[in-house]
Amino acid sequence: MTLEERRSWTYLAVAVVSYGAYLSAVFARAASAPLIDVDYVPAMLWSIGIAIVFGIVLNIAIGIFTPRREQTKDARDRDIERLGEHVGQAFLVIGGVAALLLAIVEADYFYIANVLYLCFVLSAVVGSVAKVIVYRRGF
Amino acid sequence: MVKATKVTNNIRALRFANGEMTQADLAERIGVTRQTVIAIEQGRYSPSLEMAFQIAQAFTVPLDEVFQYGGEGS
Repeated sequence: MTLEERRSWTYLAVAVVSYGAYLSAVFARAASAPLIDVDYVPAMLWSIGIAIVFGIVLNIAIGIFTPRREQTKDARDRDIERLGEHVGQAFLVIGGVAALLLAIVEADYFYIANVLYLCFVLSAVVGSVAKVIVYRRGF
Repeated sequence: MVKATKVTNNIRALRFANGEMTQADLAERIGVTRQTVIAIEQGRYSPSLEMAFQIAQAFTVPLDEVFQYGGEGS
């Protein structure tokens, strides 16, 4: 497995775990109050912060433990990266449009922030899954 | 949708004909990872024209001895 494929797996895992932790925290608080009244901001910021830090730390660790000959980033890696970014980008657009529409109808900040966060995560997850599939099955 | 490329190749046979060259050796010669050589050899990745020429050059044969196109009209 090349360095770039390992990175795709890492990115996928970090996105899923951090968002899962965020949802757990929010739903745990929602047990005692309506969902819309939950103080979601600290959980969201912690989730994003931890995801960034873990992403960096794991990338460094993977770089250290990947054999030197597999660390080359070649044309295939670049093609796959481009495909993954292209696939993931669709969700960023969907998130932006959804947030815009929610703002227009003056929806609560809770919904605007959460739809954006969900689409960021979906972008990362779907983009990473596309990369992993292409690494495994080809294109 | 993921589909197999119509480009076929003789890389495996050429490697064996060239002193049982390993996939790692070929990868090193053309400056890619071993996984990329495996993907090309198995038809899971179509290399760029430049990389295809580099592979042919590594075996010192013309390009069409390495790659064949099995598309319509061929």
